[in-house]
Amino acid sequence: MTQAVAHQASHDHAHEEHRLSKGKVGMSCLIITESFFFMAFIVAYLYYVVILQVDDGGPTPTELFYLDWLVYGASICLFSSSATVVFAANALARGAHDKFRSWLFITIVLGGLFIAATVVEWADMIGNKGMWMDTSSLGTCYFSLVGFHAFHVCVGLTGLTLCLLFSFMGKLPSFQAERFEVLSWYWHFVDTIWIFVFITVYILRVY
Amino acid sequence: MTVLPKPTSGALNISPPGILERVHEWVTTVDHKKLGMLYIFSGLFFFLIGGIEAGVIRWQLASAANDVAGPVTYNQMFTMHGTTMVFLVGMPVLLGFGNYLVPLMIGTRDMAFPRLNAWGFWVFLFGGLLLYFSFIGSAGLFGTAGAPDVGWFAYSPLTSRTFNRGNNVDYWILGILVSGFGSMATGINLVVTILCLRCKGMTLMRMPIMVWSMLVTGFLVMIALPVLTAAQVMLLFDRFLGAHFFNPQLDGSALLWQHLFWFFGHPEVYILIIPAFGFISEIVPVFSRKVIFGYTMMVIALVWIAFQSMSVWAHHMFAVGLPPSLNAFFAASTFLIAIPTGIKVFNWLGTIWGGRLIFHTPMLYAMGFIAMFVIGGLTGIMLATVPFDWDVSDSYFVVGHFHYVLFGGTMFAVFAAVFYWFPKMTGKMLSERLGKWQFWILLIGMNLTFGPMHISGILGMPRRIYTYAPDRGLEIWNLLSSIGYLVQFVAIVLFAYNLISSLRNGRKAGDDPWNAWTLEWATTSPPKDWNFNPLPAVKSRRPLWDAKHPEDPDYDYE
Repeated sequence: MTQAVAHQASHDHAHEEHRLSKGKVGMSCLIITESFFFMAFIVAYLYYVVILQVDDGGPTPTELFYLDWLVYGASICLFSSSATVVFAANALARGAHDKFRSWLFITIVLGGLFIAATVVEWADMIGNKGMWMDTSSLGTCYFSLVGFHAFHVCVGLTGLTLCLLFSFMGKLPSFQAERFEVLSWYWHFVDTIWIFVFITVYILRVY
Repeated sequence: MTVLPKPTSGALNISPPGILERVHEWVTTVDHKKLGMLYIFSGLFFFLIGGIEAGVIRWQLASAANDVAGPVTYNQMFTMHGTTMVFLVGMPVLLGFGNYLVPLMIGTRDMAFPRLNAWGFWVFLFGGLLLYFSFIGSAGLFGTAGAPDVGWFAYSPLTSRTFNRGNNVDYWILGILVSGFGSMATGINLVVTILCLRCKGMTLMRMPIMVWSMLVTGFLVMIALPVLTAAQVMLLFDRFLGAHFFNPQLDGSALLWQHLFWFFGHPEVYILIIPAFGFISEIVPVFSRKVIFGYTMMVIALVWIAFQSMSVWAHHMFAVGLPPSLNAFFAASTFLIAIPTGIKVFNWLGTIWGGRLIFHTPMLYAMGFIAMFVIGGLTGIMLATVPFDWDVSDSYFVVGHFHYVLFGGTMFAVFAAVFYWFPKMTGKMLSERLGKWQFWILLIGMNLTFGPMHISGILGMPRRIYTYAPDRGLEIWNLLSSIGYLVQFVAIVLFAYNLISSLRNGRKAGDDPWNAWTLEWATTSPPKDWNFNPLPAVKSRRPLWDAKHPEDPDYDYE
């Protein structure tokens, strides 16, 4: 029976090359899953702040948010880091390890600047404006949505930093380039989510 | 002349593994077959616990104005019963079968991510244990709480700090949240396995319907579970950080919880039934000795159901007072989903039609599944009718409906699957005699339990009520339901005895006891760690038929 069913052993290997990449499909699935997670928080924000426009005595979005250099700068940092991570991935695939490390380092710095901007904004919100999750519906929606996004940026940064360390230790040869590419997909996803967060928080009901 | 040195003792350890080695092997395994069996076994264990909780419910309701459990215990029992059966029985048993069967059926050696697979199982198990720890651990500051008592869908604002001062709701949130991470990992793993690891010749349209059902279920898990996770995180923020999501007194919205929960909840019931469709689609053809009728339509119907399951959630909320346009949309969408479901039922009937039927226990359960599921499906169409739903919403009619679907449907399919694949998993046959007794007792018991619930519901008995007044015509129907529970209990005891005794001295199964056609029967029983060597190649939907009948193979016709 087994022989009758299985007579293609010699072709196993050739066949495997035509298979879809487990890493890429797996990352795509994770991204779908995470998207639905964020969707719930975006829906909550839209529901309370944009549709119901809950007035519970707290400040309105117009009073709280404006597109200043901090928001623009943070967004530019994050969006451009999507480009630099692609340069890094391409360099790794070519075996140009020095270039890979440089681009990856720039990516991490750009991501770190984004997180720093979030810290500055939150310090202002919490310290000066007295906002927190329990102060108003807007606070609840804002801190949970932006907080979860920042948390995901931190997860991505941790992955990228580990890759940089591995590369310095000589443990990231270029035949692992696909794995780095899979990680870079996660980074693109985190950037893409920021587009939606940006529009939801800083554009709708503000302009 | 050279003399070979004699092997010294201890150089080659061939003594059978001790208990510690065996436990170690099962705890550290990343093998999809062992993890699948762990999933199924843990699920069946929780099934016993959830069943005992159901026993307390039926005991309390056996007579009017009864007082054996009391309201506090009663609330905990129905909450834990529902939560257990959905999250700790249905999902792990079905995903466990997926885990065990998918790599075998598509001709590969393991899941795409074996370590993630092991992580998923252990996270699920400890999530479940965390939920059950609430019985002793949730007293909190006020010492008032026991197990969660807010119902399995935990509506706001009942779950707010104001109304639940202990930590029982937190245990409900965290237990389900944690086991949900395991389910999401397994869902992703199944999808990646199916998309990336099929053997040579196994095109998507040659996969067994069971594999298709697991692909669809994996996608539904990926889409539905994160929304529940998000809603539960919001609830945690409400309870610990004073957030305003679901607290109406702080301009939050109890309705948002319902929308988020049911956006998860309705795909969830399809997560619980679509793998069952898969089991039945494998078992019915084998015991009818025919190919499945309308393979392509079966696949289309599965995908159709999955997509549409995301646009029907508000039929759980007709009684809330949504705008008529929304009610109309969700009612229409719910009616429409009966079409692909009907296609599946008629295709099973088409498979049976003109077949040479063999009524072994798996086939009996498959027949039971079709009959009971159709009853549950028809009451589902009744409930999708908005005016009728307004009358019986949250009554025992609803309880009867979803037990026909989830017990008569999902659990009957699980029993069919256990009887069908137990020989593959263990190399031993389950006792047919005990199996047939169990089937008929369970069929009678379940109809006796859940049939009368439709009547008590129409008579006006609300669900989740811990007692009822005499002289309202409810006594006899509740008594019948409680007697039915005892009948079912006998069947479950028979099943447990059958499992244990057949494991120890069941008849040897051989590789292919049912003369079946899918790839898992091409392996030994139980399969070797590496499943196939060399990897198989297929040319049609029934590779074993082709192997057994080289003179008339399927690929001449497909």
